[in-house]
Amino acid sequence: MKLTGAQILCESLLKEGVDVLFGYPGGVVLPLFDTFPQYPALRHILVRHEQGAAHAADGYARATGKVGVCLATSGPGATNLVTGIANAHLDSVPMVAITGQVARSFIGKDAFQEVDITGITLPITKHNFLVMEAGQIAQAVKEAFYLARSGRPGPVLIDIPKDVFIEQAEFNYPAKVNLPGYNPTVQGHPAQIKKAAEMINNACQKPLIIAGRGVAISGAFNELKQLAETAHIPVITTLLGIGCFPESHTLSYGMLGMHGTAYANWAVSDADLVIAIGMRMDDRATSKFNEFAPAARIIHIDIDPAEIGKNVRVDVPIVGDIKKVLIPLIKLVKSNQHVEWIAQLDAWRKKAPMVSSRIKNSKVLLPQYVVHKIYEITRGNAIVVAGVGQNQMWAAQHFWYDQPNSFITSGGLGTMGYELPASMGVKVGCPDETVWCIAGDGGFQMTLHELATLVQDKIGVKIAILNNGCLGMVRQWQELFYQKNYVDTPLSCPDFVKLADAYGIPALRVSTSQQVVPAIKKAMATDGPFLIEFVVAPEENVYPMVPPGEALSKVLLEPEKEVHVWSQQNTP
Amino acid sequence: MVSTKHTLVALVEDKPGVLNRMVSLFRRRNFNIESIAVGSSEMSNFSRITFVVDGSPTMVEQVRKQLMGKVVEVVKVTDITDKNIVIRELALIKIKAPSSARSEIIQIVDIFHAEIVDVTQEYLTIEITGPEDKIESLLDLLKPFGIKELARTGRIAMTCGTLVDEE
Repeated sequence: MKLTGAQILCESLLKEGVDVLFGYPGGVVLPLFDTFPQYPALRHILVRHEQGAAHAADGYARATGKVGVCLATSGPGATNLVTGIANAHLDSVPMVAITGQVARSFIGKDAFQEVDITGITLPITKHNFLVMEAGQIAQAVKEAFYLARSGRPGPVLIDIPKDVFIEQAEFNYPAKVNLPGYNPTVQGHPAQIKKAAEMINNACQKPLIIAGRGVAISGAFNELKQLAETAHIPVITTLLGIGCFPESHTLSYGMLGMHGTAYANWAVSDADLVIAIGMRMDDRATSKFNEFAPAARIIHIDIDPAEIGKNVRVDVPIVGDIKKVLIPLIKLVKSNQHVEWIAQLDAWRKKAPMVSSRIKNSKVLLPQYVVHKIYEITRGNAIVVAGVGQNQMWAAQHFWYDQPNSFITSGGLGTMGYELPASMGVKVGCPDETVWCIAGDGGFQMTLHELATLVQDKIGVKIAILNNGCLGMVRQWQELFYQKNYVDTPLSCPDFVKLADAYGIPALRVSTSQQVVPAIKKAMATDGPFLIEFVVAPEENVYPMVPPGEALSKVLLEPEKEVHVWSQQNTP
Repeated sequence: MVSTKHTLVALVEDKPGVLNRMVSLFRRRNFNIESIAVGSSEMSNFSRITFVVDGSPTMVEQVRKQLMGKVVEVVKVTDITDKNIVIRELALIKIKAPSSARSEIIQIVDIFHAEIVDVTQEYLTIEITGPEDKIESLLDLLKPFGIKELARTGRIAMTCGTLVDEE
């Protein structure tokens, strides 16, 4: 029996196990929306801006490990997805973006709402398709999902002209993909694995594991733990690797990089063997490339061969899926003890603890305190979705994540405004989990329209706005590197409590430390979404900090000073 | 690292947009492509592309890996610069040839084993095939006569003997 292109698309999505799409209708996708009522198993969540659809699909994918799907019309609908697609691309998130295109006879004629979206997204997708016949939709969907989730995951876009949705064709879902040029290396090379094992067993006193998001993508949480415990190797993570190794574990030493722990950065600088697992040596993690881990030999394990040797020299490269590399590696690694090295790291941790006495004893409300209380009250049983900037770093530093994918944030692209729509996707994907969206007042104002989606679709995200009345991270850079020339960083904001009320979301404002715990408990006890505005110290900075372009060993610790409260505070 | 000329040979699926995807990767790495030649290969539905690019060995290796890993339709890319290879290029040269200069031009063409493919009262069109330096030498000799128009295909290359570029 023949089906329409729109029906073929829906059938194909069901074959791929899709249960939810985040999207927005428009002219050329009307034939598809018209078909949705025939497919009640496909839940469509109407966002308020297409960027929200892409971020929601991204959050959904990171939290569930499944492919997230977003949908937009041609022209502005498609271009509004672009930031979200780029975000997924840089963080290796499996996503399929479906866009409508003008009818075939109009393509290339600057028709109403026409853009060349496959051209625009060429450098920010893993692959994309312009499907010119209804009979090709099933094959494109099959290949798009396969590409999105396999190898190094990433976003794939499918562009479908309006008349192709209407055209009829036979529906046969293909059993196989036809991609002769696509063969990711999954198994690690045995000789390289053996070389790595020998190095770990015999040639180091100060080994260090750096774990990235590749560990979570590969599902190698247990294997990483086993490797670290067997060979007695301390573990630090990248920002996106947070949760890949339990942060409450005795071998865990937090995050490295620009705002990583001092002890993690010192450890990298002193280690004689670095085992980098599923991470891409990003500049925010490694800082100065040619002074990264100066005393160490480097074993780099990653599924993407193009990441090997891209930024940092490597002694033993292993290309492959992390889990499939770690399993044979563990078999070759001997039980070992590195007591002195661990004692050194512990001494560093004592010297520069993440939670300083100033933070503990502060009389004003500090953002770090808020994050820590969310951790205590949830007992860590929550998925935290953070924005970008200071709020993101505090969320990374002051909450201890023990599960992979329990901390979700925009790492590579650093997309402010990611937090609210992404947390929406996380909650839809994991309805039984507590989801906290930790936002800054700047980023929150970029995508706050999605509050309406939370209400319409009953998505119970708890929102914590750390309101310091300014674009905090930029202000911090102006303070430290631009002689306190605070240009365009103080920003006004609406009364967030009234705003939430206007959307029909219960909300509280908290401005003292004493009010924090009751407010968080109230939010947790309330069904559905809840918003808390925390009016926090405006000039609080994120420490430790590695100044941009410096080696990790040059990490700056928090200066001993009182926190000043701004006189002209912009918050109500 | 010293920048040197590299010859990359790629086997790719013959689909719309493939060349665009590949060239876009070069652009993102700020690579200047000196020449590019595309044509069919021994397999139907697959094309073979020869790129000539300037860059340090590490940069070229990075681009090679990016092309292989990031462009789905690319089956294989090999840097054959250091291998024993045959290099050819074809050029068409239209040159001013008044009767007074004609015999001298024809002599030069003969020496280079080039061919005259079109003749008019005023102009000769010459076809030459060979490695780039041979074409450059011919152009040097013809320049004084006045080159009206020049078109070159860019390099195509192949490894010698039993080696194929996939190895």
